[in-house]
Amino acid sequence: MHPRNVGEIENADGVGEVGNPVCGDMMSFYIKVKDDRLTDVKFKTFGCGAAIAVSSMVSEMAMGKTLDEAMAITNQSVAEQLGGLPKNKLHCSNLGADALHKAIEDYRGKKGQGAKAKGG
Amino acid sequence: MRKVYLDHVATTPLDPRVLEVMLPYLREVFGNPSSLHDWGDEPRQALEMARGQVASLIGAQPQEIIFTGNATEANNFAIKGLALAQQDKGKHILVSAVEHFSVLNAAKTMGKLGFEVGQVPVDKHGLVNSEEVKRRLRQDTILVSVMHANAEIGTIEPIAEIARVVKETGAVFHTDATASTGAIPIKVTELGVDALTMAANQFYGPKGVGALWVRRGVRIMPLLDGGIQEGGRRAGTEDVAAIVGFGKAAELAQEEMSARLEHLVPLRDHLIQGVASRIEHSILTGHPTGRLPGHASFCIEFIEGEAMLMLLNAQGVAASSGSSCTSRALKASHVLTVIGLPPEIAQGSLVFTLGRSTSREDIDYVLKELPLVVERLRQMSPLFAKFVKAQKGGK
Repeated sequence: MHPRNVGEIENADGVGEVGNPVCGDMMSFYIKVKDDRLTDVKFKTFGCGAAIAVSSMVSEMAMGKTLDEAMAITNQSVAEQLGGLPKNKLHCSNLGADALHKAIEDYRGKKGQGAKAKGG
Repeated sequence: MRKVYLDHVATTPLDPRVLEVMLPYLREVFGNPSSLHDWGDEPRQALEMARGQVASLIGAQPQEIIFTGNATEANNFAIKGLALAQQDKGKHILVSAVEHFSVLNAAKTMGKLGFEVGQVPVDKHGLVNSEEVKRRLRQDTILVSVMHANAEIGTIEPIAEIARVVKETGAVFHTDATASTGAIPIKVTELGVDALTMAANQFYGPKGVGALWVRRGVRIMPLLDGGIQEGGRRAGTEDVAAIVGFGKAAELAQEEMSARLEHLVPLRDHLIQGVASRIEHSILTGHPTGRLPGHASFCIEFIEGEAMLMLLNAQGVAASSGSSCTSRALKASHVLTVIGLPPEIAQGSLVFTLGRSTSREDIDYVLKELPLVVERLRQMSPLFAKFVKAQKGGK
């Protein structure tokens, strides 16, 4: 198991956190955005092997994509990229895509606020 | 790569001497013990010899042993059969909160069939207090079931003490001794129980065979109806080879018990101390001293059990866990929950169960690899990151 992109980003442009340790799965995604593209994606995961594999795969799939392309990454496409997941592990794939999307929404939300502050 | 099997509570390897005695019954001595012709003689005799060997291991009478397919069947047989046989005296059943699912779910089923099931709570070590049992015993309690030792956290229950309290009523007392039989000395008269479950594959015998011991004079309704095998108490053609293996494993367990304890306990303690000193934020689950001789169970904070098992497996180490992801039902262990562990800590469950083949070098290898596994997973963990930040912030 060699996950890529493990880590955090200081001063991330967007952060998304889903799941909770009570359930046994928690993922945090950190993104850096430039010109509407993801220039850096990092994650931290508390969870089983499938959860770690999913978050790693999501980070790889998202790297370098435009925000819209990244938002189009679905739980199914993640599971497919991994070559399928056992049925009882599919919920792990839900978390990965959701955490990434949440990070993007966090970024867009902040950006929107920034634009409003500038008097838009 | 070193291969270290530390999941003996799941199953143990077959002792070569056990395999040896089983073989003839898989080859030329193939007869059905119920057959009246010559082909049935030797299997029948072998069955009865095995019965004696198993009885001897727990200080019981041979005719009190009923062979079953496994411990799950024996537990179902005990809960359902004992309750149904005593139902004219009452409908109340008491089980401990840390029982195996084969006891809990069998009791639940009885609950749906008109019986009332109560649970006895445990303390943070998973220990059942006899006062807690006494408090819950009623006039109409007919069956109490408390396991002898717990496979998840290793705690050994004070069965004799609980038996004293149960005896004050007319209830039948069953104990699931699957994890303890063959590992620690058992004398059913000293334990004071009326029924006891065991399984061969826990002490170097074959899978597919277990037994329910029922004290002479205690009524029990059969689970499996059909022919009159096992004195009419458990129908079905017997797995003679497995039962013969069971008998041999029992004989060896009895002969070698002190030697096995002498071997296991220091290794277990070395592992427990090693984890405590090398891995911060790790806790030992279960009773610190009153635990199974080869059992070392922990909760490692900030990381998850199945991920640990995967990384350990990649290093050749086999272990087990009670986290949600390691259960097909995706539920964290009920045992860890009822001993009061916060759910996120329970997710970091890691259980090592040592056996005869375990060496000191094996334990040292685990003590070398485990911290690396933990470190790697903690680097990935948002919980650990938060904890570290909070600590720094505090300074």
